[in-house]
Amino acid sequence: MADTITLQVARYRPGQEPEPVFQSYDVPLRKEWAVLDGLNHVKDHVDGTLSYRWSCRMGICGSCGMTVNGSPVLSCATFLTDYAPGPVRVEPLRNFPVVRDLVVDITDFMAKLPSVKPWLIRDDEPEPEGEYLQTPGELDDYKKFSMCINCMLCYSACPVYALDPAFLGPAAIALAQRYNLDSRDEGAEDRRDVLSSAEGVWACTFVGECSTACPKGVDPAGAIQRYKLTAATHAVKDFLLPRGAR
Amino acid sequence: MRRRSPEPLVWLLFSAGGMAAALAVPVLLFLFGVAFPLGWLPSPDHAHLLSLLRSPITKVVLFGLCVLALFHWAHRFRYTLYDGLRLKKLSGLIILLCYGGALVGSAIAGYVLLRA
Repeated sequence: MADTITLQVARYRPGQEPEPVFQSYDVPLRKEWAVLDGLNHVKDHVDGTLSYRWSCRMGICGSCGMTVNGSPVLSCATFLTDYAPGPVRVEPLRNFPVVRDLVVDITDFMAKLPSVKPWLIRDDEPEPEGEYLQTPGELDDYKKFSMCINCMLCYSACPVYALDPAFLGPAAIALAQRYNLDSRDEGAEDRRDVLSSAEGVWACTFVGECSTACPKGVDPAGAIQRYKLTAATHAVKDFLLPRGAR
Repeated sequence: MRRRSPEPLVWLLFSAGGMAAALAVPVLLFLFGVAFPLGWLPSPDHAHLLSLLRSPITKVVLFGLCVLALFHWAHRFRYTLYDGLRLKKLSGLIILLCYGGALVGSAIAGYVLLRA
């Protein structure tokens, strides 16, 4: 095995350069090194001006999403040896404005996220004493959707979001379902207008790239398809039943 | 105020059509396109098939299959044109052609089945 591998890193320094350029760095190729370790090596020893986000380096914080050789991945969970002999092309996540180098602006998602009310909504006032109890079976109904780490890989992979940035998007809808399917939650009605709008689930054409890209097995495409059935059932009820019987 | 959108209705037709076509069409194609012509199965004679086709139940089932499959096509083709060919700005025309085409096809299927 060669002892180095070349990282071709997209650099963009607004105000200094009119457009992004690629810069190559040779980094040590070690079995236990992820792409993020390679970038950290560059930052620490070669070029301190390289900008990227990372925090936990263990697939929990969702900060280090990047496009590596064309695919949206967590750079902490993507190993350099899998790309040997290289080169490895590292670019910012697609479908987002680039702030600098590998740092993207996710303001759009942060604005959409609260619109699906991703928290437990209860009607009971005042709150009862103690915890809301739940069986393991009820936990299983939504647990998968609660694994989302907001890493934005699904938005980066989604061709619908690329064409129509108004689309609510995979992670936001999966998170809405995380609460809709929670037995303790009573807010499904509150989330319905946003989810069943044209920019909600109906914008999705079930390409499925979000679920392929998801590093946590959330399956946002499945969440969206399930909600389409819920929304369609509600639409049929609205159409057929008198107002009082809904 | 909730915006009334026909999207749930066409999506229900799309998903029902996909399911119906996926279940029924391969069987029909296998029987009438492969098994009967190649003599793998004894083929029914024309008179028998015609009397089967004249049964109201067969007519309803075949009509349902044609309508659902056509609306499945219409919905999918609409989004193929929208996203694949980036023609969303022509959305009015595309909706008219796709779902209109499915309606015309359904009418033709109904006419053919009624005349059988």
